[in-house]
Amino acid sequence: MLETLQAVWGSIPELLQIVLKIVVIVVPIMLSVAYLTLAERKVIGYIQVRIGPNRVGPRGLLQPIADGLKLVLKEIIVPTNANRFLFILGPIVALAPALAAWAVIPFDETLVLANVDAGLLYILAMTSLGVYGIIIAGWASNSKYAFLGALRSAAQVVSYEIAMGFALVGVLIAAGSLNLREIVLAQQGSFLHWYWLPLLPLFLVYFISGVAETNRAPFDVAEGESEIVAGFHVEYSGMTFGLFFLAEYANMILVSALVAIMFLGGWLSPFEGIPVLGEALAWVPSIFWLLAKISVFLFLFLWFRATFPRYRYDQIMRLGWKIFIPITIVWLLVVGAAVLAQIGPWFD
Amino acid sequence: MEQIIFYVFAAILVASSILVITVRNPVHAVLFLVLAFFTSAAVWLLLEVEFLAITLVLVYVGAVMVLFLFVVMMLDINIAVLREGFIRYLPLGIGVALIVVIEMAVAVGPKYFGLEHFAEPVRHMADYSNTKELGRILYTVYVYPFEIAAAILLVAIIAAIALTLRRRPQTKYQNVTEQVMTRRDDRLRIIKMEAEKKEG
Repeated sequence: MLETLQAVWGSIPELLQIVLKIVVIVVPIMLSVAYLTLAERKVIGYIQVRIGPNRVGPRGLLQPIADGLKLVLKEIIVPTNANRFLFILGPIVALAPALAAWAVIPFDETLVLANVDAGLLYILAMTSLGVYGIIIAGWASNSKYAFLGALRSAAQVVSYEIAMGFALVGVLIAAGSLNLREIVLAQQGSFLHWYWLPLLPLFLVYFISGVAETNRAPFDVAEGESEIVAGFHVEYSGMTFGLFFLAEYANMILVSALVAIMFLGGWLSPFEGIPVLGEALAWVPSIFWLLAKISVFLFLFLWFRATFPRYRYDQIMRLGWKIFIPITIVWLLVVGAAVLAQIGPWFD
Repeated sequence: MEQIIFYVFAAILVASSILVITVRNPVHAVLFLVLAFFTSAAVWLLLEVEFLAITLVLVYVGAVMVLFLFVVMMLDINIAVLREGFIRYLPLGIGVALIVVIEMAVAVGPKYFGLEHFAEPVRHMADYSNTKELGRILYTVYVYPFEIAAAILLVAIIAAIALTLRRRPQTKYQNVTEQVMTRRDDRLRIIKMEAEKKEG
């Protein structure tokens, strides 16, 4: 059975093989995005002592399908005097980098689409491209609210990118590699060997910057419905709006996956190295641990949204430039010194 | 296969570079410049310089052009006014362009950059790390030029920030320290009130 499968796989032309691999990664991501929207409404519902959607399908489980169908069937309205080509291009440019970044994410020790040497740089480059979708959309809409949203978002993303980049440099110094697989392998041992402990400030800065970079609450001033209606996507309807929605949630999953890989040992089991428990749970497939870690951070995203009021814009900028960047620079020196001194158990 | 990919990217690169200077709308021009940077990064990837290619996308496309687009979007440029002096400045423009072309031909002509001056690049194995090689040479052979370049950039940053520090009397600033230090008792007074009896 397995051999015939392998023979069939080998007979497929290489280009088609790559396309199939991409489909195998993108389809689960899209499904997770759909159910993340349901999870968000349910979680925030229970936090606010409501039930959340429970009408479509058993316990509301078909709600995302119904939402998706509604978005697809709705008319796409292009505002008068809007630049039609760029108006349609905006949402596409927003979604494409969020999916492209998944190419280098290792799900397992061997399960990765492209085991690129400069994986970390590639991730940083791809996540920095997403802002173009927002800027293009805001400008092409020919609307003042959309334009304000785009400006806010551009300034915010560029500011937080620096702190994110510095946090990644810390991981790079600690692991001595830009390859995401090797970064995870460098954290082997037990959950105390993971980089969240020696890089604790960078871990926090990275995750908070990730929340800011995805324009999620409490940093969602780019949408800011109380001031600028819905920000950059105010003129969008139907599936063009749906693409922005998909991009935002795909980015949330991406940031969660990156935090899990760089600071929490990726696919490594948290019970590794613990005497009895470690061996008892060794049969669990390692991809399960990665998915569990991603889920924890996704839950945090939803929890933040239900808990914190929106930041004021100048406070967001102050946090990014005057607090996060100095913290990361100082901690880079600390990490560099620790690596040079070979302080165990992380850097020996 | 690789040649086809190269020619596709090269065609996009040349076309978008020409469009940068010919399209009327400045925002479109910036977006074409972004496309040009992106495709040149792709061409660099074909040359196996993945570090430089990704850095080009990260620094130029991801940061510099975003800020550039930011500024250009806010400009309200009247294109008709821009076109007015076109004929009048044409001779001068052609003169300057000619000088630049001659200078470039002298500096980057076949005398120094001809194909016969360079050996054919060696193909590397998949585990060859371009990033490591670059880091090694940058921090050993070229460490002083590298440090001097860093110092010059630092001076430029400080100068640019110093320019923003001029104070105008009518501008209002937030006192951030005061805002952060504010406690509940500064804003809120909890008083205890006896329930009032309704008369009649």
